[in-house]
Amino acid sequence: MCLGIPGQIVEIVDDEQHKAIAEVDGVRREVNVGLVAGDPGGISVGEWVLIHVGFAMSKLDEEEAAKTLEFLKLLGGGEYFEELDQFRESTPL
Amino acid sequence: MKFVDEYRDPAAARVAVEQITALARGRHLKFMEVCGGHTHTIYKHGIENVLPESVELIHGPGCPVCVIPMGRVDDGIALAETPGVIFTSFGDMMRVPGSNGNLLEAKARGADVRMVYSPLDALRIARDNPDREVVFFAIGFETTAPSTAVTLLKARAANITNFSVFCNHVTIVPPLKAILESPDLRLDGFIGPGHVSTVIGNRPYRFVPAEYKLPLVTAGFEPLDILQSIVMLLQQIRDGRCEVENQYTRAVRDEGNLKALEIMAEVYEVRPHFEWRGLGFISQSALKLSDAFSPWDAELRFSVPGVRVADPKACQCGEVLKGVIKPWECKVFGTACTPETPIGTCMVSSEGACAAYYNYGRFTKGAAIPVRSA
Repeated sequence: MCLGIPGQIVEIVDDEQHKAIAEVDGVRREVNVGLVAGDPGGISVGEWVLIHVGFAMSKLDEEEAAKTLEFLKLLGGGEYFEELDQFRESTPL
Repeated sequence: MKFVDEYRDPAAARVAVEQITALARGRHLKFMEVCGGHTHTIYKHGIENVLPESVELIHGPGCPVCVIPMGRVDDGIALAETPGVIFTSFGDMMRVPGSNGNLLEAKARGADVRMVYSPLDALRIARDNPDREVVFFAIGFETTAPSTAVTLLKARAANITNFSVFCNHVTIVPPLKAILESPDLRLDGFIGPGHVSTVIGNRPYRFVPAEYKLPLVTAGFEPLDILQSIVMLLQQIRDGRCEVENQYTRAVRDEGNLKALEIMAEVYEVRPHFEWRGLGFISQSALKLSDAFSPWDAELRFSVPGVRVADPKACQCGEVLKGVIKPWECKVFGTACTPETPIGTCMVSSEGACAAYYNYGRFTKGAAIPVRSA
């Protein structure tokens, strides 16, 4: 139950009541965005949030997400890209 | 799925494992993942099976279902069996054994027990059933506590008086301290809880390096997040550093979620002490409703037995939660205690170390069975 899942805000239903619709893997559900509404920039359609028990707990930062993946790539230096190429080539379609 | 698939890239995982193997060569290091969500990821994706033997993962106490003591389950069942009550609970709590059965069995005996996904669903049930009393079984760390708090603010604003909360919210820092004070435990670092940290931020963990000289890296929940956090821990050890670092930067800000913290401060106060399954009483480790919300406090509105019940003797959840033994080293693991008929809470929730191990690890980790029979 402590798991959180990433979802994308697709509609703001009621700004005052903090009601929004989020889409998770094709499924849409109402979520409460009151806990992220006060973040810089508020919350708007198209943004990604971490959803836990019907509440958006945190906005997901695309730039930071990209940096994390970059760290992983840098970790292996050129190896990552070699691995990736091998992986692609070795995957039967 | 965005924010998920890219963190499951096998090629990147392979590179990370190679790094871990190189960084940990010649050592034997034990890292504890505090959060049950991490335990779940580790087993689901077989992370233990790809790690070198030099890195051992210890599964910590961060599963909110697993730490609820039997007495509190009994109190919940007593509330559920109070005439006129609709008792609402997250699904994970339904099969947690009390001293006389679980909530599902209470439901079978006639209690009106309903599973909800969100505390707001429980509030909606209260609004739709004004002639009934609706009680919500609130459990969870700081991840979940703000959601219950927002629900209570909504109940007060809408003047919904037939709704109340049986509050079992707990906080993460006191059990961490309890574990660090445990004499039979040797650890080299922590994988910090990602979702709790979206709320409390990274600052509350500073005592871990400052007082206990151990590194802590807050981590996300995908396989690459876990592997990267292990790399970061090993890099700290290699460099002779010891600090709080954040791997889960896409979701966790250092200061946490200020709005959530503000709402929690309004709705809750800290309990002087609270019993944890397997860990005993830990002072200032749980939350109760503040005086302003006493009309919505189920413990004040109804009479609950409040009787302390000792953990079953055969069950070694306490040792598992402290990381002193592995799940399969418990005497009843996989025999008397299974996810279908759990004795201890660690076997109930999918985030419990025993259930995770039983469901995902039991038949793949070859070493597990010989260790147990040796």
